[in-house]
Amino acid sequence: MQEKVKTNGAVAFDWVGTRPLRPDGVDKVTGRARFGADLAMQGQLVGKVLRSPHPHARIRSIDTSAAAALPGVKAVVTRDDFKDQPSQLIPAGEQMINYRDVVRNVMAREKALYEGHAVAAVAATSASIAKQALKLIKVDYEVLPHVIDVVEAMKPRAPLLHDDLITAGVEPAPKAPSNVAKRVEIGHGDVVFGFRQADVVVERTFTTQAVHQGYIEPHACVASVSEDGQADVWCTTQGHWMVRAQCARLLGWETSKIRVTASEIGGGFGGKTVVYLEPLALALAKKARRPVKMVMTREEVFQASGPTSGATAHVKIGAKLDGRIVAAEAELKYQAGAFPGSPVQPGAMCAFAPYDVENVKVVGYDVVTNRPKVAAYRAPGAPISEYAVECVVDDIASRLGMDPIELRLKNAAKQGTKAAYGPKLGPVGFVETLVAAKAHDHWHAPLGKNQGRGIASGFWFNIGGETSASLQLNEDGTLSLTVGTPDIGGSRASMCMMAAEELGVDIDSIRVQIGDTGQLGFNFLTGGSRATFSSGMATVEAAREVIREACKRAAKLWELPEDAVEFRKGAVRPAGANAGKHAPLTLRDIAGLAGKTGGPIAGYARINAQGAAPSFGTHIADVEVDPETGKVTVVRYTAIQDAGRAIHPSYVEGQYQGGVAQGIGWALNEEYIYGKDGKLQNPGFLDYRVPVASDLPMIDTVIVEVPNPRHPYGVRGVGETPIIPPLAAVANAVADATGVRFADLPMSPPRVLAALDEARTRGTAKI
Amino acid sequence: MRYEAPGSLDQAVALLAAEPGDARVLAGGTDLLVQLRTDLIEPALLVDIKRIPEMRRIAEDGGGFRVGAAVTGAELKEHPRFKSVWPGVVEAANLIGSTQIQGRATMGGNLCNGSPAADSVPGLIAAGAIACIAGPDGRREMPVEDIMQGPRKLALTKGEIVASFLLPPRPARTADAYLRFIPRTEMDIAVVGCGVCLTLDASGTCTAARVALGAVAPRPLLVREAARALIGTKVDAAALENLDAAARAACQPIDDKRGTREYRIKVAGVLARRATQIALERARKA
Amino acid sequence: MAKHHVAATVNGDPVEFLCETHDTLLDALRDQLGLTGTKEGCGTGDCGACSVTVDGRLVCSCLMLAVEAQGTSVGTIEGMAEGETLHPLQRKFLDHAALQCGICTPGFLVAAKALLEKHPEPTETEVRYWLAGNLCRCTGYDKIVRAVLDAAAEMRGA
Repeated sequence: MQEKVKTNGAVAFDWVGTRPLRPDGVDKVTGRARFGADLAMQGQLVGKVLRSPHPHARIRSIDTSAAAALPGVKAVVTRDDFKDQPSQLIPAGEQMINYRDVVRNVMAREKALYEGHAVAAVAATSASIAKQALKLIKVDYEVLPHVIDVVEAMKPRAPLLHDDLITAGVEPAPKAPSNVAKRVEIGHGDVVFGFRQADVVVERTFTTQAVHQGYIEPHACVASVSEDGQADVWCTTQGHWMVRAQCARLLGWETSKIRVTASEIGGGFGGKTVVYLEPLALALAKKARRPVKMVMTREEVFQASGPTSGATAHVKIGAKLDGRIVAAEAELKYQAGAFPGSPVQPGAMCAFAPYDVENVKVVGYDVVTNRPKVAAYRAPGAPISEYAVECVVDDIASRLGMDPIELRLKNAAKQGTKAAYGPKLGPVGFVETLVAAKAHDHWHAPLGKNQGRGIASGFWFNIGGETSASLQLNEDGTLSLTVGTPDIGGSRASMCMMAAEELGVDIDSIRVQIGDTGQLGFNFLTGGSRATFSSGMATVEAAREVIREACKRAAKLWELPEDAVEFRKGAVRPAGANAGKHAPLTLRDIAGLAGKTGGPIAGYARINAQGAAPSFGTHIADVEVDPETGKVTVVRYTAIQDAGRAIHPSYVEGQYQGGVAQGIGWALNEEYIYGKDGKLQNPGFLDYRVPVASDLPMIDTVIVEVPNPRHPYGVRGVGETPIIPPLAAVANAVADATGVRFADLPMSPPRVLAALDEARTRGTAKI
Repeated sequence: MRYEAPGSLDQAVALLAAEPGDARVLAGGTDLLVQLRTDLIEPALLVDIKRIPEMRRIAEDGGGFRVGAAVTGAELKEHPRFKSVWPGVVEAANLIGSTQIQGRATMGGNLCNGSPAADSVPGLIAAGAIACIAGPDGRREMPVEDIMQGPRKLALTKGEIVASFLLPPRPARTADAYLRFIPRTEMDIAVVGCGVCLTLDASGTCTAARVALGAVAPRPLLVREAARALIGTKVDAAALENLDAAARAACQPIDDKRGTREYRIKVAGVLARRATQIALERARKA
Repeated sequence: MAKHHVAATVNGDPVEFLCETHDTLLDALRDQLGLTGTKEGCGTGDCGACSVTVDGRLVCSCLMLAVEAQGTSVGTIEGMAEGETLHPLQRKFLDHAALQCGICTPGFLVAAKALLEKHPEPTETEVRYWLAGNLCRCTGYDKIVRAVLDAAAEMRGA
């Protein structure tokens, strides 16, 4: 059941809010759409990567001579083919990255820092020759002790990954290096004072494991470099301008020399916001003077792309008897993997963001470990910290005998609230989601045997960013729209809808494409829930420019001043005193006269989209627990979230449902399992257990609309918030069913059964 | 790597026996291809047995069934009579993997892959299935529970193939069932698997039983003590308690990414009870 | 080592190709025959993105050797529409927005078609269990299941 709750009065749109078929849909249901691995170039070679079998080792030497001599091998690259990079931070998605680390992650230099770390790459005429060639590469490793646990890595005598890593954010700076890359702190007020006012205080330490975005399409690219240095890359990515920038930097080539075309993308969720194969493929293609195609195996995706952090989160919340939260504190320790850059900062910023708390303090640590370097994963950092907070909030509600929705309403962040991470919030829809939850029949439905219900909320900021779009009015009055944000979830449809709305034309008259890096100005990547917001804003601006130009042309033809005409219902009309003097000219009419009136008509937007607004969500989960095996089944789920304005409701619902499924997997069964040897034991979909169709019920959604005043259509990004509430919603539901509050994820059956048995001996188990 | 697709069992046996290097039987390929891809094995010869008619056939044989070792799980499920006689065996075979896997996977392959967690094996053991083996020295038979000696270790000599499974005529008031425990609802390797077959007399007393456990020892186990807990009883709560304890006592499981020792032992008992209850319901109606 | 010559039928058309022993049917479809609609998500039969039918049977093409396809009739996503007419499942997937990134969609469509050919009136549970071998990371399966049930109803003439 999918519902919508409008809060700002009904506004009638022709297209926005309707559910037309997506323009790229037919290609995707017929197999015609081309993803990363679907392109083949004439004469292409197969590229493969040699990866470290050791989680931590110094690389003394690499001898590629035997591999290079193997018939069929056309190129080999190692660290020697990539110049070292000085330390420099640049934004990528919602995080900052350092090129010194990027070059080392793409190809190991002094050390292999995780099992699977790329050490060399070859290009050969067939996959079997490439595989054979890898076996011929001799790497002299000096194996070092490794550390994969974040708490262990913080200890004084832990194996050191980087001997020049001094903790940032600590005054005075430490004298000795450690594995702690950074300390962050946010907050306001005085938590010591706050806790003294509290009638009830709950504190708990939570742990979560590393999880992977789990996109079904592995990383893939084809690269080709001509003799004059013009390079082309076809790749599956969330941001082809980012790919271009990073490749240019790593290879030392001019930006204009590289043209990147984004294929259709088979899932990203943040994991395709960085480069892995592309610089290697380009380097190989240049050496081999032939195109090189590289596709990761599923094992490589798990071992050597970017999962998100595992973490520990210590949360302490104090409240008065009436439910008012008076103090909130958290300490977060996030694994960054082999190089600094875990999402502990956004995690810290979001932890208490749903609540209006006078005294709040969050401290976070970014800790390196011998694991693949983490990449963004849907609301990076926030699911972890908000899971911990929402579990404690639930615990407090329970101790106060208060309904968990009432407790949240009592403390809810609203317009004007000073958020824990600093700014004052504009209009937001958190209260509306809570009210909708309270009114929903899921909240009141009876529960069966061994079942429990949990509720949890979530917050994510969303971003705008640099965006370019181009809209051409074709000679016959149809339109061609080019945007730069790869379409991960159906966003093309929303762009067309906003353009059609502005222009008063039929949506079928607009064809949209994702442009390559040579066709548009810079576009920041599809991430931060920004595609519909930013490309939408740019599309609207481009459409308005087309309208202005069309008006100019009509005015010229009618010999009227430019401000004496207006655009309404898809046509230019004389306005005011001149109304009715001339028959309206449609865009089609004007298009036919474009050449005569001044040339082609187009709109081109180049913006840094501002005004992105947060999206709040509240979810309700029902679970059933098998008392003899500890197996947890989600039997009912409702996701309520504020979309600002849902341009295409089906795709907004889809974001809610997809985030929920990932969150449920994170809560119940997904985790990176390491042996004591520091090697990943489950690099495949058999033992890395994402939810399958039979694991989940229908996922009901409610779209709340509290429009964002800073977007022409009121849009808020929605893609990331949905993954946040499920972790605690499911944990709170399990607590309700069993009487046991879990603080460690995933709640896999052996863990649940062990905890149940322990609670039974203490007499606190409900089942 | 060579590939042969002989049309008769004798030819297949001859190819396997004559190959000096590593020769593998290719049935459904759902395990073999995964092992090839990860270079776990590098055979010199693959012998595809899917063109051998007797290995693909399900025949009613002297009141029982002879199921070719290369019959797929999906074909087994679609046979008009087999499922009603041996629902547990069918359940076991059809829990392997997904619909796609069941379209290819065979009980012969599942057994000879030599994994202690194989789903179809406890089902076959509980049903009392006999493996019919063809080899260079002729044909022989062996109870299924004796085929797997340990992980990837089979009681087969070079050139021998499991050709078919013989399921004996099913006595009256006899029924089987198979359950497995996995963390999700589908797609996982069994953490514990349990097959039970029991026979009741007219008064509802259990007169015969076979209980088999998978994934809790280096090979699938026929647990005689668990059967003894049921025989002579009306399969009441006390009998089930004893069954649970006997099942747990028989386990020698490992800790791995799919389950801990303690967990497997506990769940073995739980599944033994639950599978027995299903078999009991079925036997009462049989 | 000489390659195998394979003659088979794909989507009703006779095809021929050469392959090594270790090449999978998935490799042959994508690389020899240029039919890239069938996808590789894992290579180990755990995700279903490579689903095809072989002699009417739903299988993972990554778990079949190309040489095993000799003499068989293979059905892929490319054969699902009839000329310009989309199969009801394809239409319903579009109507219900049952795809987001679309990478798993060919596998789901082939699998769902096989389901409805065997079981024209499946329950929601039967749909979910039949499709358990097809992973989707974007949709949470809700709209996919609705689309399949809706297509089943239409195909039954309901």
